[in-house]
Amino acid sequence: MIRKAKANIDYNDAVITIKGLKKSFEGNAVLKGVDLELYKGENLVVLGRSGTGKSVLIKVISGLIKPDAGKVTLLGEEMNHVDEKQLQQLRTRIGFSFQNSALYDSMTVRKNLEFPLVRNKKKLTRSEINTAVETVLEAVGLEQAINQMPAELSGGQRKRIGIARTLILNPEIMLYDEPTAGLDPITCTEINKLINEVQQRYKTSSIIITHDLTCAKETGDRMAILLDGKFERQGSFEEVFNTDDERVKRFFDYNFIK
Amino acid sequence: MTTKKPAEIKQVHKPGFAFTRWLTSVFIDFYKVFKFVGRFFREVLFPPYEFNEILRQCYEVGVRSLTIISVTGFIVGLIFTKQSRPSLSEFGATSWLPSLISIAIMRALAPLITAIIAAGKVGSSIGAELGSMRVTEQIDAMEVSGTKPFKYLVATRVIATTITVPILAMYAGFVALMGGYVNVAQNEGTSYTTFMQQVFEPLSFVDFTSSLAKSIVFGFTIGMVGCYQGYNSSKGTEGVGKAANMAVVTAMFLVFIEEVIIVQIFGWFR
Repeated sequence: MIRKAKANIDYNDAVITIKGLKKSFEGNAVLKGVDLELYKGENLVVLGRSGTGKSVLIKVISGLIKPDAGKVTLLGEEMNHVDEKQLQQLRTRIGFSFQNSALYDSMTVRKNLEFPLVRNKKKLTRSEINTAVETVLEAVGLEQAINQMPAELSGGQRKRIGIARTLILNPEIMLYDEPTAGLDPITCTEINKLINEVQQRYKTSSIIITHDLTCAKETGDRMAILLDGKFERQGSFEEVFNTDDERVKRFFDYNFIK
Repeated sequence: MTTKKPAEIKQVHKPGFAFTRWLTSVFIDFYKVFKFVGRFFREVLFPPYEFNEILRQCYEVGVRSLTIISVTGFIVGLIFTKQSRPSLSEFGATSWLPSLISIAIMRALAPLITAIIAAGKVGSSIGAELGSMRVTEQIDAMEVSGTKPFKYLVATRVIATTITVPILAMYAGFVALMGGYVNVAQNEGTSYTTFMQQVFEPLSFVDFTSSLAKSIVFGFTIGMVGCYQGYNSSKGTEGVGKAANMAVVTAMFLVFIEEVIIVQIFGWFR
């Protein structure tokens, strides 16, 4: 178990505020009025069973899915009122690490990392681009993979490169979708350590979607449990864990038995 | 005990309901297609332009299709000449063979064969590639990193097919004429110069223009259909296969319809 360093959290500055968020798919309500705040410098872990809408939540935050109702305020901008250009600019300030890494198969690691950089910062010189690529690769500990294709990387390496690709734009907010899914325990610990390092080094605020309790405990400053489309309990790991709510207890019991 | 049926289930059995639902979905699909095409023109007209990716796609579509276009074009020219010979020889008109094959190949066969091969090879590959990028969230990853996946993936591919298919069609026409020449030279002993003179004699400016116009429209259609199917694919790996299949079937169907329409239009200018 890794020990998490104390984070510098500003509880007066919410970088994400969500109020009454609702989303349904073909009549099936997934999010039923979600309220949430992410504070500056904080790692917030969203726990919940599969299919409870955890991934939908961060896709709504990043503007990939439009909500049916509710208000999402991201870095002071209300998502309902931003146009396409503003949304694009806003997206350069957030990083999204996908569950399956979503690396571009046809490009080398270098091209994967350069792709968002050259399209968002057009005035950079070749040497500045190279330095940025090398810096993020060093941050995730994969300098040697620079010329490899995604198909040549292991699951853990792919996750790291996926995180590096988001870090290259120096995001203020990181959204991790199941960062440890499908990885062995040792690689999981390495990824958890990396998430904490990113928080310290890049001063990011993060939402970490997971149902891995070890990941939650090792990376989270605060937990929120999503049950039946709403956040049932929020607080530190111990506060959430020691609840009297039967549904929350059942979620923890099931995870420990597993 | 009787159970009361919900209202929506009753509605399904109403006469005409299925037809109305089908018609609505057809109109919705048309709306989506027009929106997609409209978005393409919007993205193409405004910077930034992805010139390097367009060149790469032109190479993928054009150079990588050369072998199959060469083989098919040559065989079509050869076989068409061989099969036309008996009918013409009955009237002692085998000297008209070069004119006949040039009109057939340049006006109709070259653009059509190229379009069918491109629909099968290029259309399916675009559909499958974009489809797999969609289901593995690579397109979403581009979107959330503040880049424009539509411009990078769709606009570049459609421009590449629109530029490359006409060039391939011209090339296919030339190779098919060579196939015809091999047969004519073997049987009549006609020289290459005489054959070429006879080939270009009956062709007018309208023939080249119509052939070029057709190929441009075919290229645009193949690229657009492949991208539309791939970009909007869903349902995991099954969706990727379906996107590739639909890209080929729809593109071929549209190519034949466009052929009929363009032939009619250019018929008025002859």
